[in-house]
Amino acid sequence: MNRQAQAAVMFLLGGALLHAGTTDLYLRYVKSGLRPLVLAAGVVLIAAALATVWYERKRAGSHGGHPEPRVAWLLVLPVLALILIAPPALGSYSAVRTGTALQPPYGLDPLPSSDPVRLSVVDYASRAAYTHSLRGRTVRVTGFLALDAHGSPYLVRMALNCCAADAQPVKIGLTGQLPPVLRPDAWMEVTGVYASRVTRDPVNNGVIPYLRVTSARPVAAPADPYDETWNK
Amino acid sequence: MAITEDAPPGTEPPGERSRGTGTRLSSPLVLTLVLLLAVLAQAPIRGALGTPVMQSWTTVFVAVTVQALPFLVLGVLLSAAIAVFVPPAFFARALPGRPALAVPVAGLAGAVLPGCECASVPVAGALVRRGVTPAAALAFLLSAPAINPIVLTATAVAFPDNPEMVLARFAASLLVACAMGWLWQRLGRADWLRPPAHGAHAGETKAETFWNSVRHDTMHAGGFLVVGAMAAATLKAVAPAEWLRTAAGNPFLAVLALAVLAVVLSICSEADAFVAASLTDFSPTAKLVFLVVGPMIDLKLFAMQAGTFGRGFALRFAPATFALAITGALVTGAVLL
Repeated sequence: MNRQAQAAVMFLLGGALLHAGTTDLYLRYVKSGLRPLVLAAGVVLIAAALATVWYERKRAGSHGGHPEPRVAWLLVLPVLALILIAPPALGSYSAVRTGTALQPPYGLDPLPSSDPVRLSVVDYASRAAYTHSLRGRTVRVTGFLALDAHGSPYLVRMALNCCAADAQPVKIGLTGQLPPVLRPDAWMEVTGVYASRVTRDPVNNGVIPYLRVTSARPVAAPADPYDETWNK
Repeated sequence: MAITEDAPPGTEPPGERSRGTGTRLSSPLVLTLVLLLAVLAQAPIRGALGTPVMQSWTTVFVAVTVQALPFLVLGVLLSAAIAVFVPPAFFARALPGRPALAVPVAGLAGAVLPGCECASVPVAGALVRRGVTPAAALAFLLSAPAINPIVLTATAVAFPDNPEMVLARFAASLLVACAMGWLWQRLGRADWLRPPAHGAHAGETKAETFWNSVRHDTMHAGGFLVVGAMAAATLKAVAPAEWLRTAAGNPFLAVLALAVLAVVLSICSEADAFVAASLTDFSPTAKLVFLVVGPMIDLKLFAMQAGTFGRGFALRFAPATFALAITGALVTGAVLL
């Protein structure tokens, strides 16, 4: 790869990072706090590309230069993947294959008094699995659907610490009045009541609490598909 | 996918030598053709990547790349700054003259590079080029991703009930980094390390040398980062998670399983503590092994080390690091946990 081609690849890569960082695209892959770094990396890559073109023109190719290794061609792949394919955030396939990441909570805020109570998947799961505070309360939880090998439905949110490679699901088992057709990966807002039943995740033996559904409606996927509460 | 992956090697241009002859394919032309083909073949490529396995593969691949690139760029900028603005005499004065003493000093100096392992590879490469003894630079390479304040804070947050985990991680990582440095000093041979590929050319200004170094390191380490990201995504998407649960029951298997998992997952060292904390079936010592092995050797690091220091180096260095990291973590775990 000669220097002009290298400059082009760096420019495209920087552009792809800027594109991902200025839209919500980057939220599918990394935590939201990484945005300034992604943007800065994009700017540096574009600057390096422009500097390469500038010095190349000034020298008019007079230096011998070391041929760069062919492996550098692979940098085209993330550019194409980000711009052409823009793969979706991790969904039910990964959720079913990975064990629930639910941990005993360190300390919970008091439940809001509103009815129904809006809770995140992680919040509901920790309260339902480790406390009795939800008894008799109506809750509203948003997540995506996943069906295990036996077809049992779960409401899931992937919790993320840094990037999608470390994303782990938190699962809630669903019982009660479910819609007749359950499509994996569909985002749903579920209203229901606490169910004392608890099961174990077959993958890692983690705790999966249940929710008795009274109504469910499809909703759009949120801008940040991952739960990042564990980052704070 | 097949198209974009196969096209470059198949139509590989002869490189710089063909420049200006105009008779053979030049790399900008190949690049244009590749991009054009990818755009034209968009629909079949998307179709091939539409299955859940391929989707999750692509997502993890892009995620590892996007997450690592900012840290790689940071490392590349630092490495270029070292190459251009820090005189070689500085390191000769800053580090003790005896390599045996320089190793622990360089290992401790790793604490000041905030970031994950992608940043430390190019910086260690720049240190070697600036005349730092390889043993010390390697101790820095291994310790920096594990013992910097950001990573230790993340570990403390992930293990709120076990603050001794932070101390154990710090101690074990420093111990292994120094042990590897001393081992290299005793057994390492200079010809295993690829000679530094670039330096300033005559007549270059400082700015030109700086940007040349940035360009060279980005293309080099970036390409290998992509290799590592592909390997990590493959194993993450394909390997079943159930075998972990089976391994957790046996103390020996548990340690080995988490050591292998650390290599395979190639998680950023700022995030690995959270993953370790979620492996609730495993003993604290096995988790410590995961935390010590991960920042020192994983698939993407191996690819990047092979790119920076040469394949002969990486093939010897990686297994030794792996074995010593497990041993160091077990010893520290026995004392502290």
